[in-house]
Amino acid sequence: MMFKPVLLWSDALFFLLIAVALASVFYIRRDEHLRLGWRKVGQSRVGMAAATLLLVFVGIALLDSLHYRERLPGPQATYAVEVRSALDALLGGLRSGAEKTYSAPLATHSFAKETLDHDAGRDFPRLRHGGAHLGASAEGWGADVVRRIVQGLGIGLIVWLGLWLAGAPLRRAAPHLAWDAVFVTLLALCLTAGAVALLAQGYHVLGTDKVGQDVLYLTLKSIRTGLLIGTLTTLIMLPAAVFLGLLAGYAGGWIDDLIQYLYTTLNSIPGVLLIAAAVLMMQVVIDTNPEWFATAAERADARFLALCAILGITSWTGLCRLLRGEALKLREMEYVQAARALGVSHARILARHVLPNVMHIVMIAIVMDFSGLVLAEAVLSYVGIGVDPTTISFGTMINSARMELAREPMVWWSLAAAFVFMFALVLAANLFADAVRDAFDPRAVK
Amino acid sequence: MLAYLIRRLLYALPILIGVNVITFSLFFVVNTPDDVARMQLGAKHVTPAAIEKWKAERGYDKPLFFNPAAAGGAQLTETIFFEKSVRMFMLDFGRADDGRDIAREIRLRMGPSLAVAVPVFVLGLWAAISFALLLVYFRATPLDFAGVVLCVAMMSISGLFYIIGGQWLVAKVWQLVPISGYAGGLAAAQFIVLPVIVSVLAGLGASTRWYRTIFLEEYTKDHVRTARAKGLPERLVLFRHVLRNALIPILTGAVVLIPALFMGSLLIEAFFGIPGLGSYTIDAIHAQDFAVVRAMVFIGSALYIVGLLLTDISYTLADPRIRLQ
Repeated sequence: MMFKPVLLWSDALFFLLIAVALASVFYIRRDEHLRLGWRKVGQSRVGMAAATLLLVFVGIALLDSLHYRERLPGPQATYAVEVRSALDALLGGLRSGAEKTYSAPLATHSFAKETLDHDAGRDFPRLRHGGAHLGASAEGWGADVVRRIVQGLGIGLIVWLGLWLAGAPLRRAAPHLAWDAVFVTLLALCLTAGAVALLAQGYHVLGTDKVGQDVLYLTLKSIRTGLLIGTLTTLIMLPAAVFLGLLAGYAGGWIDDLIQYLYTTLNSIPGVLLIAAAVLMMQVVIDTNPEWFATAAERADARFLALCAILGITSWTGLCRLLRGEALKLREMEYVQAARALGVSHARILARHVLPNVMHIVMIAIVMDFSGLVLAEAVLSYVGIGVDPTTISFGTMINSARMELAREPMVWWSLAAAFVFMFALVLAANLFADAVRDAFDPRAVK
Repeated sequence: MLAYLIRRLLYALPILIGVNVITFSLFFVVNTPDDVARMQLGAKHVTPAAIEKWKAERGYDKPLFFNPAAAGGAQLTETIFFEKSVRMFMLDFGRADDGRDIAREIRLRMGPSLAVAVPVFVLGLWAAISFALLLVYFRATPLDFAGVVLCVAMMSISGLFYIIGGQWLVAKVWQLVPISGYAGGLAAAQFIVLPVIVSVLAGLGASTRWYRTIFLEEYTKDHVRTARAKGLPERLVLFRHVLRNALIPILTGAVVLIPALFMGSLLIEAFFGIPGLGSYTIDAIHAQDFAVVRAMVFIGSALYIVGLLLTDISYTLADPRIRLQ
């Protein structure tokens, strides 16, 4: 074997999440109300465009979740300590083409002056990889960039035409959905990706950071962290929130009091502080048990999962309270009373009569929470209680980039890249959440 | 009313005890003080004597719940649980790792924190409600649509970028105010202006949209239709009939803001170098000073409970139909 696959815990959970999502598609197809709701989402142009962008992000995160360890050359089957992902393999050039330090987007020369050895003066040294094909003098830079952009746009257009043709059966099968929005979004994405891909083969499209890493590579890697924080946290907290919320509302009495006490207590601790306290303590656990983890990636992953779990603990209370209120109402409904009179067991009533009627609330909560969690990750990592410092995320990127604005001239590209990607991810999530809420919330104001 | 308040305060007690138990188990049961000592002292090759010394300096060298070595009631009081956890109810937070008294430190830092948090709270509420009313006034017009789009865009930007952008633009490029720092008295104003504006802007998108939804919901009610039908000008309908009736959800939402203020103050104070409780907490997190973090968790929860109580009282002021019993 040329490589050894590595399944990190977060990967496994992410795959599980995708399996759950696919399974729920089948569930939704059977359920009349949910199907109608999702059809409304599908008819919303904004919702579909946002969903397309989100799916592209999910695809990148999925590629970045297929981890492996490369086999080292030699007769024995030994594997590199460094854990890589399929995305790393795809972006091989970006990852290995590190410079010494800062360089501006598409630059051919370094950002900082250096003493060059062939003469006494100080000058901007030539980059090792940025525009290396242009030769030492870096002549014809403008023409080369324009040529690459035009070629990239052309390739993007061809890819898009291919997608458009491939999507024809879909459009025929479901003509009422907002496919125009999907394909316009795809067109924009294809054109951008085409131009960026061709440029990235010769330059650092978004520049390099302090230690010379390609910023485009860092941002693409950050997507997985942001996306997984938003989804895994929900996956972790959802069972508890749904079960306890329904139980409290349905059972009433001392069970209700106990569950209410539990979430009021958790809720009264300011989230950041609980997270700070828990992350600090998890760090002690991780540090005192180094033998649990074979690689640095596994250790970072453990901290990542701990963060998801803690965020889940602080964020389930809102949904739990909503569901409790809803279950209180549903308990008095005639069909639930009828089921009781017919001797249906409590567990079955909860599963068959109460749960399906709160599904829309659960779905709205999932999509509404997502963007907040992505934003929270950045803030927490910035404060130092987020992901492991070795994990590439928007928060760690911003953290290492924030002092750069004070430099003269300013290093703006790391921050700008993190801003644009994060904004795109969160905006898409917010717009999609709005579309879902409009479709499912019976009280939504039109 | 007084009976109600007393009862509510009594309800708060078990919650605070719960908070205390959670933090206690996080800090002392998940990890033993030995683990913490070993990590604080750094290297792997720490002598047992060094750990004992570290624990003794901080008072962690006692048993967790029960001290058989002591006599009488001291069997319960000479324990980590009593010393570190129960004492908090008497507002005795012990000493930070640098030897300073935490309670005194909190008293000193409360002023700068409030100097930022109160204007942020008031201005933020005012700005969001004004914008929301404006959007409702122009509802179903392109202006309303553009406003909502702007709100969604604004709430999709991380708070970090508002801070970094604000510091860069106002303090570095325009050089209107100092980038960071703090001074006592009236001189504080120049240091507070930028943090307040940045915090208000950062929260504006989400809260404007939230209030707009509330107002629109109120707008579909019958009494509003009647008010318009009898010929009241739109302005009066908005202020007298929509805003007044929407006060209850607004007040509920305002309490939700209090923990957010705490989170905001962490970032804002750290970025702008304001010596308040937020930057104190951040410093403690970075220095892994657990005593301070524990104290801040306790205070944060207590503040939240007080906030809930204040909301209940404000309900009676906003809506005479509500009586607390």
